[in-house]
Amino acid sequence: MNVAVAKTGSGRAVSDLFASAEGRLPGSPDVMAARCEAFETYERLGLPHRRIEEWKYTDLRALVGEVLPLAAVPDATALKRAADAVKAHAIAGARKLVLVDGVFAAELSDVKALASEVGFKTLRETLDKDAGLLKTASTDAVIAVNAALATDGVVLSIADGTQLSAPVQIIHVAIAASASAFTRSQVAIGKGARATIIESFAAAGAAAYQVNDAVIVSIGDDADVAHIRLMDDAADAVNITSQFVTVGANTKLNVFNMTSGAAVSRLQGFITLAGEGSQLSVNGVNLLKKTEHGDTTLVVDHAVPNCVSREIFRAVIDDRAHSVFQGRIIVRPDAQKTDGKMMTRALLLSDEAEADNKPELEIFADDVSCGHGATAGALDDSLLFYLKARGLPEKQAQALLIQAFVGEAIEQIADDTLREHVIGIAERWLERRS
Amino acid sequence: MALLEVKDLKVRVEEREILHGLTLTVNEGEVHAIMGPNGSGKSTLSHVIAGKPGYEVTDGQILFRGEDLLEMDPDERAAKGVFLAFQYPVEIPGVTTMNFLRTALNAQRKARGESELMVPDFLKKVREVSKSLNIPQDMLKRGVNVGFSGGEKKRNEVLQMALFEPSLCILDEMDSGLDIDALRIAADGVNALRSPGRAMVVITHYQRLLNYIVPDVVHVMSRGRVVKSGGKELALELEASGYAQFEDAA
Ligand SMILES: Nc1ncnc2c1ncn2[C@@H]1O[C@H](COP(=O)(O)OP(=O)(O)OP(=O)(O)O)[C@@H](O)[C@H]1O
Ligand SMILES: [Mg+2]
Repeated sequence: MNVAVAKTGSGRAVSDLFASAEGRLPGSPDVMAARCEAFETYERLGLPHRRIEEWKYTDLRALVGEVLPLAAVPDATALKRAADAVKAHAIAGARKLVLVDGVFAAELSDVKALASEVGFKTLRETLDKDAGLLKTASTDAVIAVNAALATDGVVLSIADGTQLSAPVQIIHVAIAASASAFTRSQVAIGKGARATIIESFAAAGAAAYQVNDAVIVSIGDDADVAHIRLMDDAADAVNITSQFVTVGANTKLNVFNMTSGAAVSRLQGFITLAGEGSQLSVNGVNLLKKTEHGDTTLVVDHAVPNCVSREIFRAVIDDRAHSVFQGRIIVRPDAQKTDGKMMTRALLLSDEAEADNKPELEIFADDVSCGHGATAGALDDSLLFYLKARGLPEKQAQALLIQAFVGEAIEQIADDTLREHVIGIAERWLERRS
Repeated sequence: MALLEVKDLKVRVEEREILHGLTLTVNEGEVHAIMGPNGSGKSTLSHVIAGKPGYEVTDGQILFRGEDLLEMDPDERAAKGVFLAFQYPVEIPGVTTMNFLRTALNAQRKARGESELMVPDFLKKVREVSKSLNIPQDMLKRGVNVGFSGGEKKRNEVLQMALFEPSLCILDEMDSGLDIDALRIAADGVNALRSPGRAMVVITHYQRLLNYIVPDVVHVMSRGRVVKSGGKELALELEASGYAQFEDAA
């Protein structure tokens, strides 16, 4: 392995990270070469910092410092602990695929139930033959290091015309403290298919862990897809997630992301509308407290004409927490009749809470309707007083108004069970405040 | 013991004194009307009794069943039985009226150490009361007061009053914005709540309301004080002669 030695801020040799992980990394010699190349890219770039435009508000060098060594392969005790976390986060009726510390856990997953409707492999299996999954067009350092170190993931294919009878829920559970998990998954959804994919992140007692996940989604024409991501990590965890989504023609895609934990989190979603007549709805909620830093960065690329995109984002920021929303809408020269709107609102629950909002419209076509709006402010005192005058204690009055505030994004989730599940996460977050 | 005793109350808003030593005593079972020109401080008084922030009490007392009301948070006052029907009820998007009513009722019950009302009991009660107030059920599924007409907002206030069963009801211009039929319905709703254990303070500009809700005592407020009190005939007198005669007294 020809990896030059570089130092991070803390002095640890970066290449140690790769060298120590090597025995754990699956893949053919081709795959290993691709990993090595990706790691060199990461070494050259280092963790993103504020002078990199896309990471201006989320300086990982300052916030995270270094990438921790890979978590060990979970043993029987770890899997037992993970089972409890899976139970707590499982959505009723969904078919579970569980990754524990970045390793697929068949014994906690519903592979058999899934098999009749969904083609399934682990990333590990796929990489025996094909390095394709480690390649993405991105030049982002967090994605490069993910390609270099991804230990496992799920690779799903949903055939044309398949109507999934139940949602698929990928649950990531962290067990090991002060260690990192790199995962990469792929979901290919065929023409005319109907599917709900949920990704959940949770900890089973683990502290100070790091998650770096990438998911690559492709959706065919005439499909109807809901993609939900729930990041409910431990309070001192780091979760960096990258999503690459390509959408075909006349397809409906409803995306929802929620962050309700982690000291540092970034969800970066890159969604390309590649077929005409599609409708994209991307909604998100950040619930942040203490000194948490939560970043949602979305790039919606209208590559073809006649698509509609709607983004609703809500951030609730308490204490000294910091929420970042970056939303870029790109309208390519051919993408006439594009209708793209994005609306973001931040609710500041303390004087020291901070919200950064960076909307960007890059419009290269002339016959389009695009817009964005943003607000940031505190709870309305007159509404609070009305509720208190009716007997609600301060925190409960706040909770009711906060629920209404995030409800504007959550109500975009069409499925009742899922919506109730998400409302439940928000309610628990609110209960922890009071 | 009086239900409500306001003694020599002085209140400032943003450095300006609005109430200049107001005294008012209300006993259980009584209905009091407060009339007075615009800006005389009627809403200010009602806000201070309910505990709205932004008012500085510089002197005087407010006792509720002998307890110092000014020491209590607004939610504690509500749980003790103080209810203000607002002159301008706010709209709360995203909180359905039904959810709000149930949350509020249970919060009050919890504060009093009572058990939560079971959902079927609650629904039954809401249905009864809303029917008597001519409030359609689907209005209760909308956000609190969101898209309600002026009259609907006022009826929603009376609905809450009926549901929470407070012992002191302060109605701040309940009649403003109500058409004649709506006024009758709302007044009937209020009258139905009259009881020996419950007192009402009705703030109004119009004698007409007092034909429906007949007061025991009428007070005239001017420039931050009660300047005259009398029986229900005082309202008629005011209707005929206006407030000019009291401006000097204040
Ligand atoms: N927040 C405030 N800031 C400044 N002045 C205020 C504030 N609230 C009330 N005031 C002033 O206090 C005085 C009394 O107002 P209040 O609303 O109590 O009168 P009111 O008797 O209810 O009048 P109306 O009959 O018009 O409802 C007015 O001069 C008003 O401008
Ligand atoms: Mg008034």
